[in-house]
Amino acid sequence: MDSAAADRPPLLEVEHVSFRYGPLPVLTDVSLAIREGDFLAIIGPNGSGKTTLLKIILGLLKPESGRILFQGRDIASGGVRPKIGYIPQKATHFDPLFPASVREVVSMAFQASKRGLSRRQGEEAAIRRALEVVGMAEAMDRRIGRLSGGQQQRVFIARAIVDKPRALFLDEPTTGVDAGTQDLFYELLDRLNKREGLTIALITHDIGIVDRHITQVACLNQRLVYHGSHAEFCRSDTLKEMLAGGHHLVSHVH
Amino acid sequence: MGAFLTYSFLQRALGAGLFISLACAVLGVFLILRKDAMIGDGLAHITFAGVALGLFLRMMPLAVALVFSIAASLGIMKLKERAGLYGDTAIAIVSSSGLALGLILATLSRNPGVALLNYLFGEILAIDTVEVVLSVALAAAVVAVIAVNYRKLMFMTFDRESAQVAGVRVRRLDALITVLTSVTIVLGMKVVGILLVSALIVIPAAAGLLRASSFKKAILLACGVATASVAAGLAAAFALDLPASGTIVLVNLILFGVLAARRTPRA
Repeated sequence: MDSAAADRPPLLEVEHVSFRYGPLPVLTDVSLAIREGDFLAIIGPNGSGKTTLLKIILGLLKPESGRILFQGRDIASGGVRPKIGYIPQKATHFDPLFPASVREVVSMAFQASKRGLSRRQGEEAAIRRALEVVGMAEAMDRRIGRLSGGQQQRVFIARAIVDKPRALFLDEPTTGVDAGTQDLFYELLDRLNKREGLTIALITHDIGIVDRHITQVACLNQRLVYHGSHAEFCRSDTLKEMLAGGHHLVSHVH
Repeated sequence: MGAFLTYSFLQRALGAGLFISLACAVLGVFLILRKDAMIGDGLAHITFAGVALGLFLRMMPLAVALVFSIAASLGIMKLKERAGLYGDTAIAIVSSSGLALGLILATLSRNPGVALLNYLFGEILAIDTVEVVLSVALAAAVVAVIAVNYRKLMFMTFDRESAQVAGVRVRRLDALITVLTSVTIVLGMKVVGILLVSALIVIPAAAGLLRASSFKKAILLACGVATASVAAGLAAAFALDLPASGTIVLVNLILFGVLAARRTPRA
């Protein structure tokens, strides 16, 4: 890891996490730290435990052993909920007839901190600001199901960032999205990371799409095979081994 | 219309019917979007067993049905989770068992005839003042509970996993929706009867979902269709000497048809 990165405090620490589905081990003794300002790509072959690790970090699954610390506090102890915006793999696979407007979709993020129909002060302004950041403010009153896949992704980012999370986690966010839209999407994430200082972690099966933007790489194959800076990863044996193994992981690493 | 409202039994029917139909419509929007539209039908059949039990024990059938229906709905939820059953299988098992149990209890109670028929096809015109007060209070409570949890319910209905990550306790809200549905079914049974109650839940909500550009508008439109159907249905039943329950459901269907026919693609 480069020294500049090591200076930044860890936002999230995965400590000796193991997980199994029945008898099948999925993750074995995985430890890694995500630091403030990181743009981390989590890569690995199918079935390597990427999504499972993400779900454990988000509190959707309980690890068999090990723990997750968010800003130094164990998320398993009551009251600690990591302030992380999340975009699931199938975010755009919702019921297209669902009658929610873009405004309503973004407003859903405010539910955890409030009750009922009443609006928190400044909420409307925050929704508009988040939609402006992703370039979707004009579509505020449109029905989410009427937008293109790329536009829907932007709205989901707005929902994920509207309540000012410390980090944004995405699971294969551009599956099924065309190449041009993908580029725009990752440029938006890049802006959020570099300008707004948002920590980003994303699972991808194709690091080539994101290699211009990421700072860190974690390579998973049940165990953590590699974790470090992207520059070192490009020089590392891990990359060569993966290429030799025929993994479609790096399409245009320079 | 003026003469219509001078009858106190019609005033009671209208008051209770309007409130109950609102609860049905609001809940219906969530149930349809949760792909749970048929739970209304299933729970209504269970309610039949509850009513038959109440008649058998000579206790207040509505109260017995309420307890019975809540217990059965939570049973369906557990069965779905634990037994790994496909889709509507749990509802089918519990509802047909409810009907079977109801049939046996009705036969054992020896005098099921008219009372049971009223519960099967509705008896809104025979509703007494105590029942009106109870129905209005319970229906208002159902709507209030949904209003308090509105965003959480909308979030988990739209994207369950993200809602969970954001801190929504989805399993707790599943149970809440299930209990609210039971209460609403028992109330709806007073208006249109066990056999037609799922119409009150499904048709106005389906009509609202046809035209709305937002979730809020879908709920408001469903409420509009539901209340208009009760008012117009009761008036038509009174004027034409038709059964109130069937008329209310048919007016619902007509309004649904009108909205479906006028449907245009919306941005």
